[in-house]
Amino acid sequence: MAKLTRLEKLAILADAAKYDASCASSGATKRDSRDSGGIGSTTGMGICHSYAPDGRCISLLKILMTNQCMFECTYCINRSSSNVRRAAFTVQEVVDLTLDFYKRNYIEGLFLSSGIVRSPDYTMEQIVEVARRLREEHGFRGYIHLKTIPEGDADLIARAGRYADRLSINLELPTDDGIAALAPEKDGARIRRTMAHLGARIGDAKAERRTSKKAPVFAPAGQSTQIIVGADASNDDHMLRTSSALYGRYGLRRVYYSAFSPIPDASRSLPAQPPPLLREHRLYQADWLLRFYGFSVEEISATMQGGHLALDMDPKLAWAIERREMFPVDVNRAPRESLLRVPGLGARVVDRLIAARRHRRLRLDDVARLCRSLRAIRPFIEAADWRPVGLLDRADLKARIVPAKPPAQLSLFTT
Amino acid sequence: MRSAPVHLPLTPPAILPVTLAAPDDFTGWRDAARALLAAAIPPDRIDWTVAGTGMADLFAVAQPLPAPVTTMAQPVPRALLHLLRHALLHRAPGRFALAYRTLWRLRERPRLHLDPADPDMIALAALAKSVRRDLHKMHAFVRFRKVGEADGRERFAAWFEPDHHIGRAVAGFFRNRFAGMDWLIVTPQVSIGWDGATLREGPGGTPADVPGGDAVEAEWRAYYASIFNPARVKVAMMKKEMPVRYWRNLPESALIPELIRRAETRVDAMVETVRSEADLFAPAEPGGRRFESLTALYAALAAEDTPPSPGFSSHVVPGEGLPSATILLVGEQPGEQEDKAGRPFVGPAGQVLDACLAEAGIDRASAFLTNAVKRFKFTSQGKRRLHATPNAGDIAHYRWWLAEEIRLVNPTIVVALGATALHALSGRKQALAPVRGDLLPWQDRRLLATVHPSYLLRLPDAQARDIERDRMVRDLRKALAAA
Repeated sequence: MAKLTRLEKLAILADAAKYDASCASSGATKRDSRDSGGIGSTTGMGICHSYAPDGRCISLLKILMTNQCMFECTYCINRSSSNVRRAAFTVQEVVDLTLDFYKRNYIEGLFLSSGIVRSPDYTMEQIVEVARRLREEHGFRGYIHLKTIPEGDADLIARAGRYADRLSINLELPTDDGIAALAPEKDGARIRRTMAHLGARIGDAKAERRTSKKAPVFAPAGQSTQIIVGADASNDDHMLRTSSALYGRYGLRRVYYSAFSPIPDASRSLPAQPPPLLREHRLYQADWLLRFYGFSVEEISATMQGGHLALDMDPKLAWAIERREMFPVDVNRAPRESLLRVPGLGARVVDRLIAARRHRRLRLDDVARLCRSLRAIRPFIEAADWRPVGLLDRADLKARIVPAKPPAQLSLFTT
Repeated sequence: MRSAPVHLPLTPPAILPVTLAAPDDFTGWRDAARALLAAAIPPDRIDWTVAGTGMADLFAVAQPLPAPVTTMAQPVPRALLHLLRHALLHRAPGRFALAYRTLWRLRERPRLHLDPADPDMIALAALAKSVRRDLHKMHAFVRFRKVGEADGRERFAAWFEPDHHIGRAVAGFFRNRFAGMDWLIVTPQVSIGWDGATLREGPGGTPADVPGGDAVEAEWRAYYASIFNPARVKVAMMKKEMPVRYWRNLPESALIPELIRRAETRVDAMVETVRSEADLFAPAEPGGRRFESLTALYAALAAEDTPPSPGFSSHVVPGEGLPSATILLVGEQPGEQEDKAGRPFVGPAGQVLDACLAEAGIDRASAFLTNAVKRFKFTSQGKRRLHATPNAGDIAHYRWWLAEEIRLVNPTIVVALGATALHALSGRKQALAPVRGDLLPWQDRRLLATVHPSYLLRLPDAQARDIERDRMVRDLRKALAAA
């Protein structure tokens, strides 16, 4: 076989990396290149430099070192039995490509992962070496996200944390049974141990940095993971309980949900079907309720049917319809926690309402000016000139809020 | 720097024109606003214009501004100032008047800026929001092209068309980010550049000021096309975050129509291409000679067989095990040790297999073991006989012997150890990886392919060997469960 060009390798190894949903470049400590002689900066906010027609942000150069892999994870395009074209970058090729793209302002940084080649340690060493060269030899101050291989040596993981803004280990399946069935080389307990270890290191480094700015950094943007939706029989309840445990126990920044997509040369043991995009969307919404809106897993779980979130309305509305006795909430008096539970009110709008009510008694018009739409909100709030008389008790409350459309799966080809 | 020219007022209450040096002249506006507030000039008497743009109010009489002031009786709250800095970069002509009116009203309502429901505050917040978005999009969508190198520093240039007057406001961001290279950003209004030491500013330009032809753009386009997942097309979402008006300056945007057009076909192909079993196996060949028993078969083999190609040992190695076994394992060919002992799987690979069988819970004595090729093929090196891989002719030659062995043992499941065994059993030379570990329906039985134990011996890395060994044991367990 002729030697592949850098462009050909890039096409193969980006294709191999695209099923990883994470592309975030936020959460890094602020820094820039004025004193490094190189290039790169992070503002803490993250920038999406482009968008693909799948609606996803392109922020990082997301590639694999190689898509050769010893592991046989049934859902994965790179599993050892897949007939996809294989390629491997050298460490220097990844370094050069990252710098070339960064200098043209295509990207915020690098998200590097790899198939397991030769051995987990060897693979992890290669990943860490890319990050080391970027940081130490090129003074690169952009964002670096490294995939951590839990089967790898703990020392290597510690080195990865020195150079990376974020580390991640993909759980992929929410239950140990699922992991054993679909990713036999992986070990759920081992993944959790590594996550716990990472969580502790990240927490320690943060605490030390609070007392001394000279303390070494360790993955300042924290760790994240990904769970595949629809590859095994796990239901939404499993997913959210798993996420909730990950946030609570290991201090994860983000859990990504990735609808299982058809892949080239898919294993015959997995269903070839369109990705459950709407289910993925509802899981993200429920995840936000857990993290930013003060909901507990039990509260969300109580609204589920057969362990699944409703597809035809968002989880907050589903909860509110079940718990009508909690409403209406008075926008002029209610505490922030109660306002956050009103369907259609986001955290930012709630803060604006609270600021605005210090200056006036809020009328429905005022609320309308501060939020996007009143339709979902109206039945659940009380304002100076508004009470949802009778509205809350109507049997057709849901139908009045949710557009009368059959709960179809998001179409594959919505435009 | 660019503060307004100062004239003296003669006949109030005429309209007072205030001309700012540039559309993004925040300092000029701030200085003028301070002076006007100090002189208590109400908002409706002021006509804000930018030098060299549009028409001043025809009824405005050229008259001097109040004297500049340095301190204000009532300082503008920091949060409001921050909001104004962004809002005043908006291209809306009424922005200076709106901002001044807000300061004017602040005299009566000192906490006005904290009321997000106030109409003026809503308007200012909307201006600031769209400017911040424009800044953010410029940070994101500027595309540099390499235009050369000088004194060991690479030089880059970019053309960009912002919506608002943000050309100067972004300079700091690009300096901090791209300190280590020389760059120039040209916009219609202004150009800014960095040489490693200072930020410079020049007049606006045209797209022609930035040469084309940067080889890395082709790689960027390849990346863009590859990172797109055709199974989740969401064009509206893309257009919302990357509005079409920016597309003409993005090298990747030319690919978008084709990517969308082909997406459906690509996904259909993935969904439909489920490998069928028919492709895996050659049709079963009509049976040859039949034997009464394994003993008779092996006797005939020893007596009648001649090696199909040069390089084979002079004697055959028969299979062994329980004649009524439910699991039958097929290897490649006897090795040096097997050839000497006249028994299958007794050398180093056999020991690995024994250990794996034991770990998988399979009793070797209750299984049946044989090889696809019945003689040891080797090349001589001095006194040593080195393993040589049998060719397709060799495999075909022994294929019916193997089939007859299987018929006589009549197992539920046949395990192919390695690619040669898979080739012999399936009748097709094919890669092992795609079918490895799958329970395949095969000739009223089941077939499971896994690696040959000698593969484990050849792996140099201990970690890798453990992983592969575990996998082989899992495959064997699966076979046992199906037996």
